[in-house]
Amino acid sequence: MTQKVKINITVNGVPYEREVEPRLLLSDFIRHDLGLTGTHVGCEHGLCGACTILFDGQSVRSCIMFAVMADGHKIETVESLGTPEHLHPLQEAFMEKHALQCGFCTPGFLMTLVDYLGDNKNPTDEEIREAIDGNFCRCTGYENIVEAVKLAAKKMAAHS
Amino acid sequence: MAGRVFHKSILRNEDPQILAGKAQYLDDLELPGMVFAAFKRSDYAHAIIKSIDVGEARALPGVIGVYTAEDFGDLVKPGPLQVPPPTAIKGATYVSRTLMPIAKDKVRYSGEPVAVVIAESRYIAEDALDYIYIDFEPLDAVIDLEKAMEPGSIKVHDDLPSNEGAHVTQSRGNYDEAAAKADLVIKKKIYVDRVAAAALENRGILINWDDKAQMMTIWCGTQSPITLRNATAARMGLFENQVRVITPFTGGGFGPKINTSMPDDVLLTELAFRLKRPVKWYEDRRENFLSTTSERDQVHFCEIALTKEGKILGFKDFFYHNSGAYNPYMMTVPLNTQTHTVSNYEIPSFHTEIVMVFTNEMVVTPVRGAGRPQGVFVMERMIDAAAKELKMDPAEIRRINLIQPDAYPVSTGVIGQDFVEGVLDSGNYPSALNMVLEMIDYKKFREEIQPKARAEGKHLGIGICTFTEGTGVGPYEGAKITVGGNGKVSVATGVATQGQAHYTSFAQVAAEQLGVEVKDVKVITGDTGHFAWGAGTFASRGATVAGTAIHLAAVKVKAKALKLASAILETPEEELELADGFVRVADLPDKRVALGDLANRANPMRGTFPPGAEPGLEAVAYYGPPYGATGAGCMAMILNVDAETMKPKIERLVIVHDCGTPINPMVVEGQVHGGIQMGIGNAFFEKIAYDETGQLLSASFMDYLFPQATDMPPKIEMGHLEVPSPLNPLGIKGVGEAGAIPTPAVFNQALEDALYDTGVELMESNLSPSKVFSYVKQAKGA
Repeated sequence: MTQKVKINITVNGVPYEREVEPRLLLSDFIRHDLGLTGTHVGCEHGLCGACTILFDGQSVRSCIMFAVMADGHKIETVESLGTPEHLHPLQEAFMEKHALQCGFCTPGFLMTLVDYLGDNKNPTDEEIREAIDGNFCRCTGYENIVEAVKLAAKKMAAHS
Repeated sequence: MAGRVFHKSILRNEDPQILAGKAQYLDDLELPGMVFAAFKRSDYAHAIIKSIDVGEARALPGVIGVYTAEDFGDLVKPGPLQVPPPTAIKGATYVSRTLMPIAKDKVRYSGEPVAVVIAESRYIAEDALDYIYIDFEPLDAVIDLEKAMEPGSIKVHDDLPSNEGAHVTQSRGNYDEAAAKADLVIKKKIYVDRVAAAALENRGILINWDDKAQMMTIWCGTQSPITLRNATAARMGLFENQVRVITPFTGGGFGPKINTSMPDDVLLTELAFRLKRPVKWYEDRRENFLSTTSERDQVHFCEIALTKEGKILGFKDFFYHNSGAYNPYMMTVPLNTQTHTVSNYEIPSFHTEIVMVFTNEMVVTPVRGAGRPQGVFVMERMIDAAAKELKMDPAEIRRINLIQPDAYPVSTGVIGQDFVEGVLDSGNYPSALNMVLEMIDYKKFREEIQPKARAEGKHLGIGICTFTEGTGVGPYEGAKITVGGNGKVSVATGVATQGQAHYTSFAQVAAEQLGVEVKDVKVITGDTGHFAWGAGTFASRGATVAGTAIHLAAVKVKAKALKLASAILETPEEELELADGFVRVADLPDKRVALGDLANRANPMRGTFPPGAEPGLEAVAYYGPPYGATGAGCMAMILNVDAETMKPKIERLVIVHDCGTPINPMVVEGQVHGGIQMGIGNAFFEKIAYDETGQLLSASFMDYLFPQATDMPPKIEMGHLEVPSPLNPLGIKGVGEAGAIPTPAVFNQALEDALYDTGVELMESNLSPSKVFSYVKQAKGA
């Protein structure tokens, strides 16, 4: 239990070398070992999507992975997107469309969607709902999130 | 009523911080030397604890302590009631069996804490739980509400004569006479099942006892920080100002986070005090389902008496309300059910009787809606049954029974959760109904769309219901507003925020008076170090009660600013205005003094301080309404049901609501959207399921179906009706629960209408495809 394993992980472009217990969840590693608390934990069984991060560019749930599984891989968290002063276009769209209330689920949505919008530049409403179906939100009823994604797609097209 | 910033859809102050992942939620907080708690919970719903062996757990490296009831001495006693008992209601009887902080001798629900572990890490604390051995003698469990009240039933509390926790009867008019005169009397049995609040952030707490400063700081996403502080101080023999409760960003509340004197806050404040180390506990989702309160289950036996024209003469309702194993929250939920059963219709005679029942299930306290959805479900389902019997249109039977717009204020004759007789302050229910009928094109649906769909073999149904939402109840809230030397404005209030946009809407209220930008108003909610008085965030009351207190404080600060500026600018107050962060002469805008400068001059370091003056551009104000402001609305829904799989698709959903004057219409719409999502979940997806032994069968999101993006209608079509409340100067009514209230009733009506050819009657909420299938099968067989 106390045996530790050395891992090398690049998170948001910063390389880290750490020793961790094999059973340490990737979500706990990100939040508590690295202090990147923008990634949230809502269910710890891979259903709610609040802990979604990018793993080598793909959106995954960090609460059902171990930190050791990320050895040698690249991770991006919500902190990689924008700052409060300079939000990412997706974050701007969430603000402008009132797509968040308590905000606990929001980082998970953002990380699911940066991945999704990278491959889908102009999604329909139904496609967006399918894309976010694995992310739970209790506050918004999802409609404003769908609107935000459409706005974000436009903003991101204008940026590129 | 729109102002410069009031009544405007202003983007939220709090969003950039949240979006960038910089908002601090409870489990993001860490303190040096912090230790972690985990609870050993009972696997049995009802059992005698014969012995507990914690030896192995205590010996585990990294474990600091393992504690059971015997380690907590006098703390192990029933906690305080969270709300007063119903003594204001004539003839009401009740017993109080409040929560124990930790089970001693006996457990009464599955998930009740039996031991608590403190360890150097959360992982070790949870490991240690597996090394605690409890010898239980299982007992039969009391689960079914009706069986619980049968003579000879197993009892949850042995010292009581039965499982009855309370009995409250209220009436107006004379139902029996009404029924004798009626052309039609219908009797039905109606079930509503239990749901979770399921806030995305679970509950948690972090406590630090500073032994040198003799000061306890508690971080907790509570909806009731003042109550948590007061209860903690009282229990520990401290002054209230030796305990500071700070609510960090909180990931949703929806009711259960109102509770204090729960096992976690009682035991962990004690352990933080003893160990002199910060203690943190953050629930996981399974634990949330097991040990966070939930709500809704009731069984109703109803009667409705009508004329053959469909006018309602009387309504009678007897219902069992499940309180779970204890009743710390007393009667709030079932009293809301009583008040919301008849509130929007003219019903001369009403008789309503609650029997609150103890069961071996988790404790019931409010979840968004808090008894209101049940009242509306019961009344609307009975009206639907009457409409069918009388071959009337469901919209028409509602129209002829609604309270008319010239009737306000309307005394309801029913005492509600705030223990005053209900008064409907204002509204226009017929207008809401008409707006919805128009928006959903009801006539066209009935005359063209539905017949065509039916001819094509499709199962397309419509539902339409009206509802009220009692909001903004007392006792009071307060606020302190301070203009800083930086010219910006600070607002502190006692209510806590769980995502409702208070950092923006409260800022709008203050900014409107003080002539500053909304982004220059910093709102502090739920920090007893900044504001020490208040009741909490519940019953859709934050905007109405705290919002009004903020308005009143801002008016006071404005008066102070004008007085001071008048002397400095040598201009009469009535010629001055507050704008752009200055007090200026209205006709000579360059003749001005900045608010920040005024704030500094209001606190003279040397020189004259007039007798009787108060320093600072600062004021405190309180507001307590005589009774709550009642919001209302109407909802319609079109469902397309696959008659083979019984999977319904919501094709359209229209809602018109009246929350008086909205502070921020964008935020109001968001609140309604979220409420509707929960209502849809309650209607068809979500269900807290216990088996007959009291085992929780729905303790994960695999089993508890949380409504997802594809479960929602393509668009929520919303209309706003603004009938300002006369109870407060801003005309505000609450709206936080509106969406959740009518949805299950509308859903069932639409389902029945869609499945018209089966004759099915759905007098139960929390349905599922298989349940609808079995009801249809039953209807066809009959």
